[in-house]
Amino acid sequence: MKHELFPWLILFLPLFSAATITLFTLRSRSVSAFLSIGAVVTSFVLSVLFVSANGFHPAVTEISKSWLSIGNLQIDFGLKLDALSMMMLFVVTGVGGLIHIYSVGYMHDDPGFSRFFAKLSLFTFSMLGIVLANNFIEMFIFWELVGVSSYLLIGFWFEKPSAGDAAKKAFITNRLGDFGFLLGILMIWGILGSLNFSNLQGQLAVNSAALGTAATMAGLLIFCGAVGKSAQFPLHVWLPDAMEGPTPVSALIHAATMVAAGVYMLCRVLFVLNADALHVIAYIGGFTALLAALIAVQQDDIKRIIAYSTLSQLGYMIMSVGLSGPTPAMFHLTTHAFFKALLFMSAGSVIIGLHHEQDIWKMGNLRSKMPVTFWTFLVGALALSGLWPFAGFFSKDSILAQALAQHNYLLFADGVFIAGLTTFYIFRLLFVVFTGKEKSEHASHAHESPAVMTLPLVVLAIFSLIGGFIGIEETYRSMWAGEAEKSAGFAATAFAPFHQAPIAAGLGILVFVVGIVAAYALYAKAEKDPLPAMLGPLATAMKNKFYFDELYEATVIRLHDFIAAIFGFIDRWIVEGLCIGFVRGGTDLAGRALRLLQTGNLQTYAFLFVLGVAVVLWLVLK
Amino acid sequence: MHVGLEHYLTVSFLLFALGLLGVIMRRNLIVIYMSLELMLNAANLALVAFSRFNNKLDGQVLVFFIITVAAAEVAVGLALIVALYRRRQSAHVEDLTSMKL
Repeated sequence: MKHELFPWLILFLPLFSAATITLFTLRSRSVSAFLSIGAVVTSFVLSVLFVSANGFHPAVTEISKSWLSIGNLQIDFGLKLDALSMMMLFVVTGVGGLIHIYSVGYMHDDPGFSRFFAKLSLFTFSMLGIVLANNFIEMFIFWELVGVSSYLLIGFWFEKPSAGDAAKKAFITNRLGDFGFLLGILMIWGILGSLNFSNLQGQLAVNSAALGTAATMAGLLIFCGAVGKSAQFPLHVWLPDAMEGPTPVSALIHAATMVAAGVYMLCRVLFVLNADALHVIAYIGGFTALLAALIAVQQDDIKRIIAYSTLSQLGYMIMSVGLSGPTPAMFHLTTHAFFKALLFMSAGSVIIGLHHEQDIWKMGNLRSKMPVTFWTFLVGALALSGLWPFAGFFSKDSILAQALAQHNYLLFADGVFIAGLTTFYIFRLLFVVFTGKEKSEHASHAHESPAVMTLPLVVLAIFSLIGGFIGIEETYRSMWAGEAEKSAGFAATAFAPFHQAPIAAGLGILVFVVGIVAAYALYAKAEKDPLPAMLGPLATAMKNKFYFDELYEATVIRLHDFIAAIFGFIDRWIVEGLCIGFVRGGTDLAGRALRLLQTGNLQTYAFLFVLGVAVVLWLVLK
Repeated sequence: MHVGLEHYLTVSFLLFALGLLGVIMRRNLIVIYMSLELMLNAANLALVAFSRFNNKLDGQVLVFFIITVAAAEVAVGLALIVALYRRRQSAHVEDLTSMKL
């Protein structure tokens, strides 16, 4: 294998950049930005060089160093190099790199400019760690590191209480899922005695019932981790709140990478999941996708709409994994990274152009004032809605085809319906924001963003357009289906969905048309939202996110507070009052009594001294 | 009347007891100091008496040491008392209780 050092460099360059910025260059904005962007772009270039030298299936798929061994627990620090991890390397460093560049424009006036780049680099390092990890413990460590750096980035504007709260919410919700993940890891180690992915896969290939009756349990516990990171129901509540962070963070973490980690992890450990576990996973994914799409229809904050859209698309991917289709899941993950990062960054461009206005009902007619942003947003929206030949069409179609192939018509109908909803809500956003009349003072004075922000948009727009037929799917398929199919050429690939699964492709296009027509009829000239009048209480429920936050407030948080109060009582009165208080009080009392003996009078001391001598003499001479 | 060792020791004991009583009871530092000297000399008397009746010179050697040390002690002790008096305008032990917590 050529360039054996490259994977290590790819992983550690961002860490080096984060450390250097934090320790030395916080005062120098340009040096910090240069270091951070340099690190991620170099990682991208090295990934490309590595793949062009070794292909997607290098001779050695694992390089590892022994890290620590406790008893018979052996933990390596290793890098897994296969098609799956290397495609993810491209996504993380490529899309991530564009977002780094975009951040230079978005964060231009922020006093915490250097700090922001240090945290971005730390995040990139953690994410690359998850992608390259070759065993469960290593993955779990980077998993937690991603949680920490996402906490730091969401709470970047920590002087805003809402941002601090959102950061805590994201971290704690993630920790809930990670607890299950850790239990699952322990369970697998307990039964199979290994944590290395290839070793486990080998064991399960020999004896698929090696996990015994615990297989479903272990699979679902592992899935808990993905539920937290990929924000699936019932832990989905953190993702919309995480929009308190700067927009590049939303694009990087909450669209392209971190939330995709859950899907990636499931695909990586697919061999652990048995049929029952996959069944649960599929329905959780389908339900999340539907729930989030419905909520997105009635949101007014531009970033929140896109956030719920992300939730919905993640639901698609999880559903696809559950339908034992890792290829469509990873394919959709990749195209989604392109067009969702694009949508977030276009939205960020709008927000900057309107001086931090996020309510879509205060925008309008931005098409003429921000042409580049409009056109790139349109490409992103079309890709998200799945219009041929945009990238989203191919990946969404392959998921629907997977559902059909598994004869799961409920989830297929669910997927088709959500596709229509997706088109509806994203074009609602587009019509309200970019067409019609200006609905506020800011909107009439909007201006286009600088080139450093629009250029990454254009690059992502190109990939959102062509991402469907440049061989991404084939690369992923080669991971699970052995030899890669012969590439059929661009034109043939582009039309393939209509031959392979005409029902899925046809229905996809049909619901797209229905969605866009409905959105045009309702919102093209709307001054305010006409939907609440038509849907009544359902619209109110959607607007309030189906009251999940309130429900958790009333149940989980109330219960938690109650338990905390009990333990607070035990700690305050029994541990501190009785146990510690007794020792402390006893010492105090003894001290006070002994203190009376010290009068400070010389003659008392002399008298006691003589008394002592007399007693000793009496004892000796008796 | 024959004067024996026990007579000397009785006198020595009385002197020592008087000195001790003075150290414990009297309030004036100077007087306490004199009482201390009295106790030292009671010890000297006992040592000399032992030396005489046992026909050994060890006790007398020890007495020389005690006298020498006592002389040095007087010099230092009196200097301390004078310095203390200058600072506190008093040489009474009940005024000197700054060691009390």
